[in-house]
Amino acid sequence: MIRLLLPLVLMLAAGMSAAEDRSSLWPDIPKATGAPHAEGNAYWRKHHMEMMRHDRDLTMRDGDRMIAASLKGCFDCHTVKDASGATVTYASEKHFCRSCHDFAAVRVDCFMCHRSTPDGIDETDDHAALTGRKAGDILAYLRAIGEGGE
Amino acid sequence: MERTLYREIKATGPVWQVAIWLGLFMAAMLASVVYVEHHGHAVTGMTNHVVWGLPHVFAIFLIVAASGALNVASMASVFDKVQYKPLARLSGVLAMALLAGGLAVLVLDLGRPDRLLVAMTTYNFSSIFAWNVLLYTGFLGLVAVYLFAQMSRGMPPGAIKSIGTLAFLWRLALTTGTGSIFGWLVARPGYDAAIMAPLFIAMSFSFGLAVFILVLSALYQLADRPLGAGLVIRMGRLLAIFAALVLYFTAVQHLTNLYAAEHAGFEAFILSDGGIYTTLFWGGQVLIGGLIPIAMIYHPTFGKTANAARAASVCVVLGGFAQVYVIVIGGQAYPMELLPGYTVTSGLGDGAVAAYRPRWPELLLGLGGVALALLATGLAAKVLRILPTNLSDANTGQEG
Amino acid sequence: MTRIKGAELSRRDFLRSGAAVASATLAPGVTLIAFGGSQAQAAADAGKRWGLLIDAGKCDAGCSACVSACRDENGWGGHGNPDTDAQWIRKVTLKNKTTGHETSMPVMCQHCAEPPCVDVCPTGASFKRADGIVLVDKHTCIGCRYCMMACPFKARSFVHEPIVNQKSHAPRGQGTVESCTLCVHRVDAGGTPACVEACAGAGHEAILFGDLNDPDSQISKRLAEYPSAALRPDLGLGQGVRYANL
Repeated sequence: MIRLLLPLVLMLAAGMSAAEDRSSLWPDIPKATGAPHAEGNAYWRKHHMEMMRHDRDLTMRDGDRMIAASLKGCFDCHTVKDASGATVTYASEKHFCRSCHDFAAVRVDCFMCHRSTPDGIDETDDHAALTGRKAGDILAYLRAIGEGGE
Repeated sequence: MERTLYREIKATGPVWQVAIWLGLFMAAMLASVVYVEHHGHAVTGMTNHVVWGLPHVFAIFLIVAASGALNVASMASVFDKVQYKPLARLSGVLAMALLAGGLAVLVLDLGRPDRLLVAMTTYNFSSIFAWNVLLYTGFLGLVAVYLFAQMSRGMPPGAIKSIGTLAFLWRLALTTGTGSIFGWLVARPGYDAAIMAPLFIAMSFSFGLAVFILVLSALYQLADRPLGAGLVIRMGRLLAIFAALVLYFTAVQHLTNLYAAEHAGFEAFILSDGGIYTTLFWGGQVLIGGLIPIAMIYHPTFGKTANAARAASVCVVLGGFAQVYVIVIGGQAYPMELLPGYTVTSGLGDGAVAAYRPRWPELLLGLGGVALALLATGLAAKVLRILPTNLSDANTGQEG
Repeated sequence: MTRIKGAELSRRDFLRSGAAVASATLAPGVTLIAFGGSQAQAAADAGKRWGLLIDAGKCDAGCSACVSACRDENGWGGHGNPDTDAQWIRKVTLKNKTTGHETSMPVMCQHCAEPPCVDVCPTGASFKRADGIVLVDKHTCIGCRYCMMACPFKARSFVHEPIVNQKSHAPRGQGTVESCTLCVHRVDAGGTPACVEACAGAGHEAILFGDLNDPDSQISKRLAEYPSAALRPDLGLGQGVRYANL
């Protein structure tokens, strides 16, 4: 019983440490450009879906396009470039939304229809729905992970 | 007549064989769904002109047959036909299984089947489709309660009759809703008719009983239990009446349409100029689905055998598929008149009959739904006590 | 206040939307015809009813500028299969059965007042805005295609393959249904649909866009003065798109 409880207690203690020294399990969230959201990151992490849905309905049903929120607006600050300098799309683990959503294992449905990069970037086959990974690709992917990141 | 004993069937070799085959068909269905989900509906034969194809033909046949399959139980519980009471449990199970199979095909063919939860929680009540979602799920729940009532001891007298009556009325509403999916479409000349609802009710009586006869015969053959010829012959005679009823409503629908000049084009398309659709209408729906089974049942010598009922059931099922194909696909293939009095042509199929060539993912999806329904029925027969051990004529008190 | 960055973005969006650009670059005369309403509307105003008046007499049978413009604006390029490719707007040839007179005209979503597609959608994804524009809410669309069965004009398309490189103002994806949006992203910013602009740019000026509820708008005056017809008048749908000189 104690052998079960002790590791659990230790993990809990580790998890409750200060925000600065996060455990290595915490996702590596890419830094954004531009001014931070006034409400704070914690608020946004918790409420961004409600806010997106609310603003989406205002735009779609009421035609209000002057509200200060649009999905494409997010990517003005939250784009991520990979090692070669190309903007990554939702297909890449480095994409801003993927960094937390992969960690939380919550599926993001937006990018079946919306683009995941600013206008002008050629998304082509890198798009979320078209990862088109076949068996051989999965092995190559795993090998790449083993070599330390894609 | 001894008391009816319901027992589970034993999992013999032949039962396993059938189960494995059905499982393979279901696996093929799932494979085809993954394939279509990955590549998009472009890999099917459905287009922007014929938007509902072979999967929907299967689904609608299964759903219509499902509500009709409950008929046997309704005849027993609601109309007090004692000779059908031993069959009532199988009737309920088959109704649920067929509906589940049809719904599976419908849901898996959606453009976004991952949004099933949205479909089940967000409703636009002007849409008959939305009402159908509630009718279908309610039917499953209601028949489950009905089955429970039939199978549990110590039910108060009259309880089974009340639940059975509710299920019977619900199934009539369900079939009316299914027919109205087409009947309430004002845009297309092949639909837009109030008679679609009663036509579908007649179809459900006919297809449902045919499927029931075939499944009953197959299960008793597999389980090696006696099934009396008299019972089957009696159901066969009922099937002939239902098939005639379908022919009647079909005749009324087309005769009415022929009277209206605005529908002359569509009537000519179905009745003479439509190629495959004309063949399926006259050869499939009328001949194989109507006239031949009726002739078989009323034949002076052949009609007195149980095989006549079974053969007639096969014909009704085949004719039923042809009928649903003509309704669903023929109705879409015929071009719409954008402006009465003008012919409309374009590079994109306006004014021309739309071509539809079903491809294998659609066929596998449809067959998978059938397999699901049959597998669910077989599983229920194996696990639950729904099949009487002895349905021979001597036992059920039939005349020979 | 909050979201300072956002406010700058929305101004940027507005400028990018092209509406302001369009009104600056088009010739004054064309602007007068092409513009239907006032500038700077930012919401679906229930007092407005957007519509189109298409003059089939001015439509050139060999021209498909409206189709190309819609395709470029909304990003629904073809995949090489006309049966499954999206077609938000198409050119049709109309021939009078009695007289033999032929005209050509574009057909798109008619933005009906009583849309059959809105009635039949099981989830309510197909909806009509307060200003009469009929749209598909692709967040709720399950891809059942019942609206495509119900539309008398075959205006709707189903997306048959995975989509990439969408325009940010026109999201579209596999498995949902779509149709002409009357360039709602432009209209909401005070602009006109791309097809209207392109037709004017090609010199035909066959498509007129405006507010049907405003008696002083160009389109209302034109409709009051000259005869026009709607497609499938027998259905009584109250379309926002009307045709003249058929």
